[in-house]
Amino acid sequence: MIPGVFEYHRPSTITEAAGLLTRFGDDARVLAGGHSLIPMMKLRVANPEHLIDLQDVGELKGVSITSDEISIGAMVTQHELIQNDALASAVPIIREAALQIADPQVRYVGTIGGNVANGDPGNDMPGLMQCLDASYEVAGDKGTRRIAAREFYEGAFFTALADDEILTRIVIAKPQAGSGYAYEKQKRKIGDYATAAAAVIVGPGIGSIAMTNLGDTPIWSAGANDALAKGDVDGAVNAVMAAISPASDNRGPAEFKKHLAGVILRRAIERAQGRAN
Amino acid sequence: MSKMHVKMTVNGKEVEALAEPRMLLIHFLREELNITGPHIGCETTHCGACTVDLDGKSVKACTVFVAQANGANVTTVEGLVNDDGSLSVLQEMFREHHGLQCGFCTPGMITRAHRLLQENPNPSEEEVRFGMSGNLCRCTGYQNIVKAILAAAAELNAAREAAQ
Repeated sequence: MIPGVFEYHRPSTITEAAGLLTRFGDDARVLAGGHSLIPMMKLRVANPEHLIDLQDVGELKGVSITSDEISIGAMVTQHELIQNDALASAVPIIREAALQIADPQVRYVGTIGGNVANGDPGNDMPGLMQCLDASYEVAGDKGTRRIAAREFYEGAFFTALADDEILTRIVIAKPQAGSGYAYEKQKRKIGDYATAAAAVIVGPGIGSIAMTNLGDTPIWSAGANDALAKGDVDGAVNAVMAAISPASDNRGPAEFKKHLAGVILRRAIERAQGRAN
Repeated sequence: MSKMHVKMTVNGKEVEALAEPRMLLIHFLREELNITGPHIGCETTHCGACTVDLDGKSVKACTVFVAQANGANVTTVEGLVNDDGSLSVLQEMFREHHGLQCGFCTPGMITRAHRLLQENPNPSEEEVRFGMSGNLCRCTGYQNIVKAILAAAAELNAAREAAQ
């Protein structure tokens, strides 16, 4: 319950925040909504000596939507994602997934940037972002770069983000017209991470699938996408089943999760197909 | 360990104190300000017994550092009574519909329900259950909490209509 001692910083620009990260290196962490980091600090699993609170960095807020692209600031909360009607009409799967994350209080403060940067395979947004083929904009002292969500996750809590970089925005190409979507999540109760979850986009000649919490990282497979785009549901499911490697834990043994992954994925595909036109 | 100067508005009053940045908002409220309505029921951000209203959002005060809340506007269950000190409609309905037994979750429940009804003045039963899902209760089985919140919504809506 009681976190270790730290120095607190509250910069108001990305440049200032990046400067602090460079200065303190490994001893510093950025603080977004704090709803993964603070619980870890309360258990002393994380003991940063410097916390760089991003709440005053206006550049990290806001959602912008153009005719072909959506850009979401890293500090946009799950609550704000859900409330944003323009976003829900452009990429409705985001609202559907965000409503299955955590609980109301957590969604008021937990941010999309924190969710995708955290690196916990239990988080829902990483798989969704792989399904949508999103890119993450990251900034550091050396400048900015973009990393594809499909290349960002290397292992549990290991990502392509460098120690001195901040994930600043998430950029998503608008899903093709006529595509259907579904985020199907099996969980033990409200607020739980998924036992298995599937993000699916499907339409005429279109297919994309990513799975949550069935390995060290979200699971995305090019083969599954190709099969789904051709309308080969069995082929897509088989490709995904070959790619997952769930761990046994309190949510069930690996064999159960493998079975469940297939059930959830078929459900998601069916629901997404029903929404496509 | 260095302390920082913290200033915030709690239940309409400005407060100032020196506190370690790592102090959790729930401990600041309970131990520094003696506002002991919000409770601590877990250390994993599940139970919601510590729920307060922070700048118009329902937030679990066990998962906010006091440093983050510097400059914020905080309301606890103590600040939700009517101006004359009598129970608010929501509090009255929890009593009327037996929405509490031990009372430990109640301050968090009422503070959360207050915000829920601000955002959705006319919720369905399902919306109440979903909207309250960040708050655990060991005693009631939730049924009467749902009734209390629906009754409060009906009464507040009737009062609003009568005022128009």
